[in-house]
Amino acid sequence: MFRNVAIRLQQGHRTIGFPKGQPTLPDRFRGVPVVDRAKCPVGCRDCVEACPTDAITIDRKGLRLDLGRCLFCTDCVEACPERAIRYTQDFRLAGRRRDDLILNGESLKQAEALDKKARRLFGRSLKLRQVSAGGCNGCEADVNVLSTVVFDLGRFGIQMVASPRHADGLLITGPVTENMRLALKKTYDAAPAPKIVIAVGACAISGGPYINHPEQHNGADNVVPVDLYIPGCPPHPLTILDGLLRLLGRLEDGRPGA
Amino acid sequence: MTLPLHNGEQLNRAKIPQQNVAEFRQQVIARVREGARVAALFGLPGNGSVPMLAVLANGVSGKLELVGTEISGEYPALTPDVPQVHLFERELAEQCGVIPKGHPWLKPVRFVKSLRPGHDTWGRAANEQPLVGVTNFYRVEGDEVHEVAVGPVHAGVIEPGHFRFQCHGEDVLHLEISLGYQHRGVERALLGGPNKRTIHYMETLAGDTTVGHATAYCQAIEALAGCKPPARAQVLRGVALELERLANHTGDLGALAGDVGYLPTQSFCGRLRGDFLNMTALVCGSRFGRGLVRPGGVVFDVDEARIGQLRERLEQALRDVTSAVNLLWNTSSVRGRLERTGVLTTETAREIGLVGVVARACGLERDARQEFPSGIYQFVQIPVSTYHTGDAFARAYVRWLEIQRSVAFVREQLNALPAGPVRAKVGPLANNATVVTMVEGWRGEICHAALTDATGRFAHYKVVDPSFHNWFGLALALRNQQISDFPLCNKSFNLSYCGHDL
Repeated sequence: MFRNVAIRLQQGHRTIGFPKGQPTLPDRFRGVPVVDRAKCPVGCRDCVEACPTDAITIDRKGLRLDLGRCLFCTDCVEACPERAIRYTQDFRLAGRRRDDLILNGESLKQAEALDKKARRLFGRSLKLRQVSAGGCNGCEADVNVLSTVVFDLGRFGIQMVASPRHADGLLITGPVTENMRLALKKTYDAAPAPKIVIAVGACAISGGPYINHPEQHNGADNVVPVDLYIPGCPPHPLTILDGLLRLLGRLEDGRPGA
Repeated sequence: MTLPLHNGEQLNRAKIPQQNVAEFRQQVIARVREGARVAALFGLPGNGSVPMLAVLANGVSGKLELVGTEISGEYPALTPDVPQVHLFERELAEQCGVIPKGHPWLKPVRFVKSLRPGHDTWGRAANEQPLVGVTNFYRVEGDEVHEVAVGPVHAGVIEPGHFRFQCHGEDVLHLEISLGYQHRGVERALLGGPNKRTIHYMETLAGDTTVGHATAYCQAIEALAGCKPPARAQVLRGVALELERLANHTGDLGALAGDVGYLPTQSFCGRLRGDFLNMTALVCGSRFGRGLVRPGGVVFDVDEARIGQLRERLEQALRDVTSAVNLLWNTSSVRGRLERTGVLTTETAREIGLVGVVARACGLERDARQEFPSGIYQFVQIPVSTYHTGDAFARAYVRWLEIQRSVAFVREQLNALPAGPVRAKVGPLANNATVVTMVEGWRGEICHAALTDATGRFAHYKVVDPSFHNWFGLALALRNQQISDFPLCNKSFNLSYCGHDL
């Protein structure tokens, strides 16, 4: 017993200060990418060709980057002859609409909160049922981590629950394989309305590396309506937490909200 | 006649001896009797008859062998003689539509369409989508016998799978595990590669084993292209592979503590797992090692300052993991729950071809880092950690032994990192060539086998995740256990669903 207490003291207090303080991320962390369009040589398509998921396209205004498809790899950075693409440390990536994840010269729009009525219902207590539908256990692992003492999801009133019947919504990972489509649909139907759906990771948003494989459905919103998209491969736990808190209206501009 | 080869050695495909089915069966049976295991057995789906290849791995002699045959329609199944190939033969039947006659358990593995249209083992039409989980499950009949079905959607944040228990009261007479829910069509998509997506498939085959699978793939590419990655890259790959092991083993010990209701170690290890992941992120920006390992070497180098930081964090993490894990061994209620739960004998483990932590916990000295060393493991040896009791305790304890040895390895490597570049240029792949690579991932042996065509593209690429060998071990471990011990047994194996389903 005394030994347990001594070890408990040795292990220390480990819960991060976020959202009150800003977290420190490793210097090589790949957050929101920025493109210096002025540097793009005329007619250059090197990054477009290099991107494994065709997340980069070129339109009249220049490069267009779809964060819903982005694997946050270094293929485009390495391919660019002018070093025009770089990643920033900004971990805030979540968006409410699929179109909000598209970077085309303007800064990324932060996810808006749910409407007032939904916030009254879920704002201080949100129970989520997680469904992995073809996820590689990367997103699943970093969702799981939110329940450890480091992120302590419980302090925000958010909890992962064992049954869809107890849930206010689903948190979906994976591209939605054909073999999980029916199970996902049934789980969605089993959750009582009103309910929200959160798609976590490139797979759940667009199919990720498996995009256009006939064995999957290019993401959750082809099967159920989605209220929040959280990009990444996998998204950092802070990215997921930031998205959840913004959805509940508990974060504004990186600072804790009302 | 077989073709001997080393881990990561490129050979001409024409050298693979093609035998008739009877000789092929004899070779496999003889080698397994001599102590080899079947690391892979697969067919190449095409239009005519199906070429079949076996990769035999003898850990004692450190020898890999390839043997081939061709099948049209059906052949006498190997499973009755070599039980460890039972799932490989089911996979072969599902993918290629050939029938291993006399297979005692011929059911779909992933519930997918045949890759040879017009050839379906279960006689389904080419446009018929197989229904996942719909099969003739084994049933025990009798008074008071009941069935419990769990999944695909489980209570935790975990991948999907279906488990069917045949119970008498609380006792499990039989467990059948039916997977396939995570099937994303990776092996099919790899054909004709490599292309710009290939490495990303490898990194997400089993997302918690990114470094393991990416290393096995890169070693295959390097062998096929005749490229030698620099020594510094080899060491950094080894460091990343051991960090992956450290993170997952630590997480597993925490989760096991949680499953027996011992919360201190659960919460300490939950945090410490993240500390190891963050060390990987310090090297490459990703907690899972995404973007680190690439053909020719690694993408990120580490300078002195970064090495210093890694060293410091490693020692801190070891100190905290040591105290957190020792609590488990010193708490009798924890030991009481782990000991004699989910026992597998050494004989069963050998017979069904278990690999990795699970095999070592049954006393089998199976570790690709020792048996078929590649990369840095050719020069630095990590002793194989085993325990003899085959129960959940052994599976936990082997993880703890490996944590200590991995830390020692990483410490040593960080102190003696060879100078030089971290990436070499990779040329085109050899035509009509073959290579087999083996990497000891944190769960166990990862085996990749690549065959190129006349233009140097993948004619076939076989991935065997350790989970493919080990799921049946979990089913057997549950026999005569209380059904309430399932979560504990499952966690003590902690197998990959997506690595199995591909």
